[in-house]
Amino acid sequence: MSALNRKMLRDLLHMKGQALAICLVMACGIAIFVMALSMVDSLQRTLDTYYDHHRFAEVFAHLKRAPNSLARRIAEIPGVSQMQTRIVQQVTLDVQGMAEPAEGRLISLPDQHVGGLNALYLRRGRFIEPGSGREVVVSESFADAHRLGPGDSVTAVLNGRRQELRIVGVVLSPEYIYQIRPGDLLPDNRRFGVFWIAYDELAAAFDMQGAFNDVSLSLMSDASEPQVLRRLDELTEAYGGLGSYLRDDQLSHKFVTNEIKEMRATAVMVPTIFLAVAAFLLNVVISRLINMQREQIAALKGIGYSSREIGWHYMKLILAITLIAVALGTTVGAWMGSMLTELYTQFFQFPVFEYGLDMWIVVMALVVSTASAVVGTLGAVWRAMRLPPAQAMRPEAPEVYRATILERGGLQRFLSPAMRMIVRYLERRPVKSLLTCAGIALATSILVLGNYMEDAIDYAMDFEFQRVQRYDLSVSLVESASSAAMSQIRHLPGVTHCEPFRALSVRVRSAHRARRVGIMGLDSQGELYRVIDMNGDVIPLPRRGLVLSRKLGELLAVGPGDTVTVEVLQETRPVREVPVSGLVEDFSGMSAYMDIRAVNRLMREGNRVTGAFISADPDRMDSLYRELKDLPLVAGVTAKAAALESFRNTIAQSMLVMKTINVIFAVIIAFGVVYNSARISLSERSRELATLRVIGFTRVEISLIQLGELAVLTLISIPAGLLLGYGWAALTTSAYDTELFRIPLVVDRSTYAFAATVVMIAALFSGLVVRRMLDRLDLVAVLKTNE
Amino acid sequence: MSSHSSNQPAGDSAAATADPPAVFEARGLTKIYHVGDVDVHALRGVDVNLYEGEFVVLLGPSGSGKSTLLNILGGLDVPTAGQVRYFGHDLTKDDDSALTQFRREHVGFVFQFYNLIPSLTAMENIALVTEISTDPMRPAEALEMVDLSDRKDHFPSQLSGGEQQRVAIARAIAKRPKVLLCDEPTGALDVKTGIVVLEAIERANRELGTTTAVITHNAIIAEMADRVLMLSGGLISDVRHNTRRIPACDLVW
Repeated sequence: MSALNRKMLRDLLHMKGQALAICLVMACGIAIFVMALSMVDSLQRTLDTYYDHHRFAEVFAHLKRAPNSLARRIAEIPGVSQMQTRIVQQVTLDVQGMAEPAEGRLISLPDQHVGGLNALYLRRGRFIEPGSGREVVVSESFADAHRLGPGDSVTAVLNGRRQELRIVGVVLSPEYIYQIRPGDLLPDNRRFGVFWIAYDELAAAFDMQGAFNDVSLSLMSDASEPQVLRRLDELTEAYGGLGSYLRDDQLSHKFVTNEIKEMRATAVMVPTIFLAVAAFLLNVVISRLINMQREQIAALKGIGYSSREIGWHYMKLILAITLIAVALGTTVGAWMGSMLTELYTQFFQFPVFEYGLDMWIVVMALVVSTASAVVGTLGAVWRAMRLPPAQAMRPEAPEVYRATILERGGLQRFLSPAMRMIVRYLERRPVKSLLTCAGIALATSILVLGNYMEDAIDYAMDFEFQRVQRYDLSVSLVESASSAAMSQIRHLPGVTHCEPFRALSVRVRSAHRARRVGIMGLDSQGELYRVIDMNGDVIPLPRRGLVLSRKLGELLAVGPGDTVTVEVLQETRPVREVPVSGLVEDFSGMSAYMDIRAVNRLMREGNRVTGAFISADPDRMDSLYRELKDLPLVAGVTAKAAALESFRNTIAQSMLVMKTINVIFAVIIAFGVVYNSARISLSERSRELATLRVIGFTRVEISLIQLGELAVLTLISIPAGLLLGYGWAALTTSAYDTELFRIPLVVDRSTYAFAATVVMIAALFSGLVVRRMLDRLDLVAVLKTNE
Repeated sequence: MSSHSSNQPAGDSAAATADPPAVFEARGLTKIYHVGDVDVHALRGVDVNLYEGEFVVLLGPSGSGKSTLLNILGGLDVPTAGQVRYFGHDLTKDDDSALTQFRREHVGFVFQFYNLIPSLTAMENIALVTEISTDPMRPAEALEMVDLSDRKDHFPSQLSGGEQQRVAIARAIAKRPKVLLCDEPTGALDVKTGIVVLEAIERANRELGTTTAVITHNAIIAEMADRVLMLSGGLISDVRHNTRRIPACDLVW
């Protein structure tokens, strides 16, 4: 090894503490980068393969009932490559070991289902055999949640009759990678299951022989999607078509691609922050190193080393740190990726979900981190290259200090000499002080951001589950019923209070903008489901007019006072002009609320309901569940407590992982920045401090001067960091402002306190390290060095 | 020679008889530093020749321009005005990389504060030079010339000042330079150590035939030289020829 390389390695070893701190910060960024990109890559690849092999459809439509003869006409729509018609029915399930009813979706399978669209993947058992009675195959997530397998059976209420469904196989479907009940946020595998059953069986149970109520299409590559959709809507309209939609609006697909999109955003945003901090730290450390080695650089130039060789020498040091960081970051990133894969398998059902780390991602991580490191240090290295050797041979002139603004203002009598040193030093290097503050503030802000998600979700949960939805159970009916059904429910055992609702599937349109949503018709005097604003005040539902989700209002570009066109997609399919009376902030999906009487007026119908909110006596839940399971008009029952619990189980777990990662990373940044700035200022001032010691200052006194600076910087930075953290939170809020989810901008006080505390501990720890070094300050040696 | 015109280079009259080839020919060297708002005239038009194998001592108080002159001759600095020729080649026309090449191949520098690389051992400090030279000695050989073979694996912090300076000399001569330029090599050393260091320089001059220039403000050291250039106020104020060079070991101060 050449002597110059040996110097590089020894320099690196000499600054190992600082190099390690930088490596860790950089590695954090690379780890997230590698994790997120490899996750995007793995998910996308798995998804594409799955869709391709199992012929996931591209166009979907539901209708009320159409004769099979319509199928041929649908297949003849120009651009359609393959078509599948089915019967899909919601049923109530009675699963052993579970008091409350679960919701099942029964999907018909043609006798010849090989080669068809949306093909199933058989995990265990076998497919159903034609004419073998009520055999079903069940989605794996539901089977696993209940430990069901081939040979077991569940009871379903089919069109009011209890029927045994015999499970012969456990399957996966590309339509249900994310298996979620419409309207829910998260999968609830215990309470929602999908079953596939022979067409004849399902048709017989629901009087649908020779008919279908669901269509899937795949398209030719040159097909015009809007034209296919339009034609399909025309054909199905007479049969109660609910409007066709593309894959992008398919629920499961939407969630999976949303996840990929978020991951991709993460791969850019988070690493940018970390690599920027690492670049800043590198700049500080390398600048200092080059300053300290002025005379060595001069000697090297004197000996005959060229500027380029000197520059390359320092670049190699930077690259060495970067390489170590990339190796570390890639390893951790790949590990996090495989951990996340495990987490994902809880939410996403794939036949095989293999995590893979492609080489190009590692290469990209290397390129990105090298680029940031080089950009961060180019200035310092350039100065080393340009350093005039004759001048560098002479010691640097004493730095120019002057009285600070503070002192010129006549405040100096309040400052001790030590305090004056601190203030002057800080003012002497405004840029450096500012950057150090920025680094500490950034660390603080990341801690705020890390906990903000939890605050926000807690708030949203409390908002949705305690203040908006105040019922115990929500019961949906098979179809709209008269108020007689309401009194039937009201008199069930254990029901203490009951309010009707009427849900309506509609398309809301304003000029060229349109969205498919559900209108929720509520009792405007109701207590169990209230439309409330962020302040907790109830938003009154007017006699006519809609209250829309704020996001829906934005997407339709309408506000209070505007009028929208409501195209009802069911029953008589009326089209009406309805005024928007208000917008409401809510956190999941997109809703439209209306007074139930206004809904009924809109449908030109009397008192109709499609479901009820129930508050119930907790001691009589089991008997209530039993009754509900047997009630023919009940299509589904949602227990709020259960939804809440499943939400907690799934989200809480993944959030805890994310929070832990965030805290670890923020602590690394905090330590990296604080420790480095403390080390640098110690090295810059060791002579000065040694002189003070020689003239009689005590260790405590010089420690105060040295650490005072750190304390001042930290104390300035923390409030700035908390503010910045709020900024990140606001940014996240707007980034997550999607049709599926929204997050409230709520930061708890404990989050601020936590962030400030962690940063102060990091500063304190760095202070202790520096203090120990100060105690070991070799007075004579320091004074002898000709710096 | 107590006075000379500005276009008559110092030492020309002495060279008239033997006339060995000039290594350096400097004419009208001027150097102005800008320090804050003040212009500092370090050199005010110096004419000087250095001849092959010659041992020259530059004597003068601090601020007289000795170091500036030496740095310009060694290609470490460039003059504000004037010309330097090295074996006829105009150094003042060279750019940074050409000057680097010049230093790499022809010049050995010895600095007052040694300027060793603290993270490299004695041997490695020398290797630093031998690795980039065309016809260097072995590092061990160079260390032998300064009598430090037994210290080859010591880091600078483990060496005394005199030892560090001898490593620096070994580092300077290891490339077999044409010229050896020493800026106050004994400035930071005591008498006894200083003499050991001077002996090492003297030996390089004698055995390798290296043209040697030594800056000092110690007049006694001037006794070792063939020729002594006295500088003051950025000009050569006097030139003295020693009829007999006193060996370093016989110097007393």
